[in-house]
Amino acid sequence: MSEPAPLLNVQIDGVWHQFPKGTRVIEACARAGKFVPRYCYHPKLSSPGNCRMCLIEMGMPKMGPDRKPELGSDGKPVINWIPRPQISCAQDIAEGMGVKTDSPLVQECRHGVMEFLLINHPLDCPICDQAGECELQEFSVQYGNGGSRFREEKVKKPKHVVLGPRVTLDDERCILCSRCIRFMKEIAKDDVLGFASRGSHTYLTAHPGRVLDSNYSLNTVDICPVGALTSTDFRFKMRVWFLKETKSICTSCATGCNTIVGSRQNVIYRQTPRENDDVNSAWMCDYGRLNFHFVNSKDRLNEPQIRSGSTLENVNWNTAFGRAVEELKRYQPDEIAVIGSGRMTNEELWLTKKLIDGLKVTHYDIVPRTGEADDLLLNTDRNPNTNGAKLLGVSSDEPGVKLRRIIDGVSSGQIKAVIALHEDLTQAGLSAPSLEQLGALIVVGILPNETTKRATILLPGVSFAEKRGTMINAKGRLQRLNRAIQSPGNAHEDWEILRDLVQQLTGENGVYLIEDVFKQMAENVPQFEGLSISKVGDLGVRLLGVAEAAPA
Amino acid sequence: MAYKVVRTKLTFAEKIYLPAVLAGLGITIKHFFRVLTGKKKETMQYPEERWDSHLPEHYRGAPTLVKDEHGKERCVACQLCEFICPPRAITIKPGEIPEDDRWRKVEKFPEEFEIDMIRCIYCGLCEEVCPEQAIFLRKDYAITGLTRAEMVHDKKRLYELGGVMTGLVFKWNEKK
Repeated sequence: MSEPAPLLNVQIDGVWHQFPKGTRVIEACARAGKFVPRYCYHPKLSSPGNCRMCLIEMGMPKMGPDRKPELGSDGKPVINWIPRPQISCAQDIAEGMGVKTDSPLVQECRHGVMEFLLINHPLDCPICDQAGECELQEFSVQYGNGGSRFREEKVKKPKHVVLGPRVTLDDERCILCSRCIRFMKEIAKDDVLGFASRGSHTYLTAHPGRVLDSNYSLNTVDICPVGALTSTDFRFKMRVWFLKETKSICTSCATGCNTIVGSRQNVIYRQTPRENDDVNSAWMCDYGRLNFHFVNSKDRLNEPQIRSGSTLENVNWNTAFGRAVEELKRYQPDEIAVIGSGRMTNEELWLTKKLIDGLKVTHYDIVPRTGEADDLLLNTDRNPNTNGAKLLGVSSDEPGVKLRRIIDGVSSGQIKAVIALHEDLTQAGLSAPSLEQLGALIVVGILPNETTKRATILLPGVSFAEKRGTMINAKGRLQRLNRAIQSPGNAHEDWEILRDLVQQLTGENGVYLIEDVFKQMAENVPQFEGLSISKVGDLGVRLLGVAEAAPA
Repeated sequence: MAYKVVRTKLTFAEKIYLPAVLAGLGITIKHFFRVLTGKKKETMQYPEERWDSHLPEHYRGAPTLVKDEHGKERCVACQLCEFICPPRAITIKPGEIPEDDRWRKVEKFPEEFEIDMIRCIYCGLCEEVCPEQAIFLRKDYAITGLTRAEMVHDKKRLYELGGVMTGLVFKWNEKK
């Protein structure tokens, strides 16, 4: 650990505060409870100082002939105010500095800047997707003028510009803050955006022959303070003020980016990153962000089903569980295999382990899932909870090793019953005909696939947005999923399905809340000791290994 | 501070109340005879007779959607009415205006617009909040139906009731 930075005295609106050296003036003001409006400044990016919204009055201590600050009657330095306003975003604090964030001069400056910004900005808030979370709207109300004095024709710029496969640009709404340009250059390392033309005709565009196709392109939409950059996926789908925001995590890879799930009336409309400096900074990849549409699918499995002849018929949960137990009891432990998933939560994996132990099964594993990683967030491991599966003993240290033996066992006919949890076995290496040979195939899933078609018992589970639970990411951080929407039809949460199965098989007393499941884990797994789901909190806790520094 | 209430001195006639009661009775009897002799008619013979011609300008009847002088729908699906509606009677599904449409620059239109007239309380907040002057409470008050589904006014019905309103906002007329 490096030495903590020394504290400097700064006077903000007449009150003296202390902040570490190296703090930006704009940040110091925010921490002192004096928010300074800004457009181009973003805490995770460099400060070009081009929007001029964060103008403040600044001063330095008045120096005596001895080059020592002159002290006033209160024993504090007297401040010499600079007659012109300064930008607070590109300036670090200094010892004895004075800042006025709300003086008449500052107010007048903000009025002026707002008026200039709105000169060519279209007044089509009813259409614009940013309305409701637009900083131009907010600051216009807070710091701007009531009306416009501009009577001339507004400058026309390109609209509906397809910048890339996922981003649509409206140049008229752009206020030229350059946040997106800096994000692509500094964070995504793909310097594809830039300004063209001059003066009031300046417009944002991709470099000739290039498209904004980075896997991080949608972050530019998040940081755009106005409605210029819009997500093609979310554009014109729903007004943001209707969205219920649920803090959750992304389950598309082992990084476990913190997210906010925006839903309305049980439909998910978007996923946006949530700041967590230990995991994902303020960003997330487009792949993970858009990987939620399957939740809204019309094909979702709604009812428990059991096989009768060549078809599956709807039954109630009790019948399905009864039949499952009946089928499983027909086989010896070494004729049964349990295939779990790295996409399940710790609570579900814990109950899966109980199921494995209850059946005395030796054939069990999770299905490994890998993809190409990048330098920023995307992890090679596309299972969000491989570490959880390893810790709770559903997978060995190398996921997939036992799976190969299971595949051989199923093909040779030695394994006669398989319990598949949230995995399509045909994707995991088992052939469809070999699945048909099985005496029992108990499947928990959310969408129909080649495995569910061949199930003898099909139990509808829920997706990541419909359940609570915890997961351990690649860096060993325990994080929490929260329920954003309700599960469809008669589907049950997976931990309830597993609990009921365990209960029916072993007669063990049931648990009634997911908190109880976590409590059991906390009592039996040393790593979880002293924790509870609520203690995990919104930002998670470090559980295993050493956390590496988060990217930028 | 103490305050002394000064009460008017009542006359004897006022104190015994009777003249006032008789005066009131007199008015009632006068009207009774006027109706009896056919000089006055108070009952409106609905539905043969209707309120329609008596309705004031500001009457709040059924909410409707209107088109502008170009036959373009004014609504841009901003969903403010859906947001403000106290009984949540309005449901809008926004959509994007296709590339080849004349009004492409407007970008957004309501793919579906439904007002559940069983829920509607005729408060007029939707009309008040509309930034495009697209929704108006017209003078239709006899909104009936035989099924619940019939009572949900869809886009087609809303434009039927609303018709055309000219000369309101001109912001889309400028060249772009």
